[in-house]
Amino acid sequence: MSPFDATMIRRSPIRADLQLIADMVEPGSRVLDVGCGDGQLLDVLMHDREAVGRGIELSQAGVNACVSHGLSVVQGDADTDLKDYPSHAFDYVILSQTLQATRSPKVVLQHMVRIGRRAVVSFPNFGHWRVRLALLTQGRMPSSKALPDWWFETANIHLCTIRDFLLLCADLGITVERALALDNSGQDKRIASPRLANLLGEHGLFVLSKERGGAG
Amino acid sequence: MATTVDDTRRHGNLHRHADSESGTCVELGAARPLKLDCGVELGPFRMAYRTYGDLNRDRSNAILVCHALTGDQHPADPPHTSRRGWWELMIGSGKPLDTDRYFIICANVLGGCLGSEGPREINPETGEPWGLDFPVITISDMVRAQAMLLDHLGIDQLFCVIGGSMGAMQVLQFASSYPERTFAAVPIAGAARHSAQNIAFHEVGRQAIMADPDWCGGDYLRQDRVPRRGLAVARMAAHVTYLSEAALHRKFGRRLQDRPSVTYGFDADFQVESYLRHQGSTFVDRFDANSYLYITRAMDYFDLAAEHDGVLARAFADTPVRFCVISFTSDWLFPTSESRAVVHALNAVAADVSFVEIESDKGHDAFLLDEPEFFAVLRGFLRGCAEHRGLPS
Repeated sequence: MSPFDATMIRRSPIRADLQLIADMVEPGSRVLDVGCGDGQLLDVLMHDREAVGRGIELSQAGVNACVSHGLSVVQGDADTDLKDYPSHAFDYVILSQTLQATRSPKVVLQHMVRIGRRAVVSFPNFGHWRVRLALLTQGRMPSSKALPDWWFETANIHLCTIRDFLLLCADLGITVERALALDNSGQDKRIASPRLANLLGEHGLFVLSKERGGAG
Repeated sequence: MATTVDDTRRHGNLHRHADSESGTCVELGAARPLKLDCGVELGPFRMAYRTYGDLNRDRSNAILVCHALTGDQHPADPPHTSRRGWWELMIGSGKPLDTDRYFIICANVLGGCLGSEGPREINPETGEPWGLDFPVITISDMVRAQAMLLDHLGIDQLFCVIGGSMGAMQVLQFASSYPERTFAAVPIAGAARHSAQNIAFHEVGRQAIMADPDWCGGDYLRQDRVPRRGLAVARMAAHVTYLSEAALHRKFGRRLQDRPSVTYGFDADFQVESYLRHQGSTFVDRFDANSYLYITRAMDYFDLAAEHDGVLARAFADTPVRFCVISFTSDWLFPTSESRAVVHALNAVAADVSFVEIESDKGHDAFLLDEPEFFAVLRGFLRGCAEHRGLPS
């Protein structure tokens, strides 16, 4: 059975971090939501921001829930399917809480800034002080609200810290337009310093873009 | 039916000839013939079709249903028969293709044998059945004929074009050839080209028909014979491809047919044999052998990418059409990988596409059966499209 309740999507308040992302999207934009789950964000984007929304979702139950609600979603995999999309096809490409579960986060990021004018990425921050302290004091892989599963059952195969992520972006020539540190409820903690954000943010949320090369 | 055609021809009353067996029959292409891919110009030619529900004032609520290889123009409520329509579950009041909301059109394909121009109909030039003189037609020809029917009905743009199997091929071709003429497209259990394996199965069927002495080199109608055995064998082989191993096992297992033990002979000892023989013999009563040859050939020739330098995405460049591609997990005739290839091509042009694989163990035929998740997805997709199209809910 589908774990998604058919009546759940429309018009119910969505996760705070998703609302934060929705607020960042300019009205009328073309948006690709990678790993769109049951379509909560897409639904808000399409109805409240008048966006043209598309989704990719790995789980069939999620896809079926989305399509049953009239959302344009395909069953697919961020790792294998982003290469199909043409460059500059969307204003925003969104990857919420999924980057750490991809096989090739670097390739996924490169595709995102290629396909979209902007990319929006969020992930749990492995540099948060509680994570650091847990590793230091217990000597075990940390388990927390942001990272609830044990190492042997987690889908998160490429965890990183906010600092790691920023370094990768610099490596790839990706511009970080906005960087937010979020708490576990998805609220912006309003921390300006990247060093403090890496210590105090449970999650990181970033708006990225890349200068178009001549080949674009 | 041949009599009906004959009468119609004789009375010269071809325009909108009502005939309960074929639905409505219309003559098209009298002024401008249909240019077939094989080079022949066909016209005038007949199209038999059926409609359900009412066309709204804006003419914006029409759905074209494209039938599969052996389907017909009566997906629901067929005349003179106890059989249910092949999409009875799909079409009707309150059903996914809701006749209270939509105007449903279904036409017998060109090359078919239920009233549309095909090898069984009378060649006006000779007064005899076309037989193998009928030109070889393609999926693209079928779709051009459908578009001419829409012209005749005064419908500029469909709300949706939908179909399964060969119907899905027509849907893809229609969306590619006439992107401005449909708002949405739903190819179900289909492919953008016929695979080598599928061509192989069709060839087995055709060879069975042609090996039957009663086929008479395709001239059986004039010689008053019917290649029953050949057509039945073709159907039996094809029917297996529409099912799945799991479905066959669940339905029949190794159970014996009305006997306590095997008979050490070649009677239908097993239930599955008896079932296939029944499928074969009932099929012969409703289908024309030459039509089977022509339509399977049309499917074999189908390769949507071929007419676009082998790049499928180019078939959909800048398409405004909203697609919903649907496949079934146990369909090995048109497996999910074929639907996924279509989705990848649509993604490559950033088309508006939904893609759903439905969990089912019923094989290719699942698209004709009661699959609640399939229906839920389709309802949702159509509701979303209707919202965007501004159709009243």
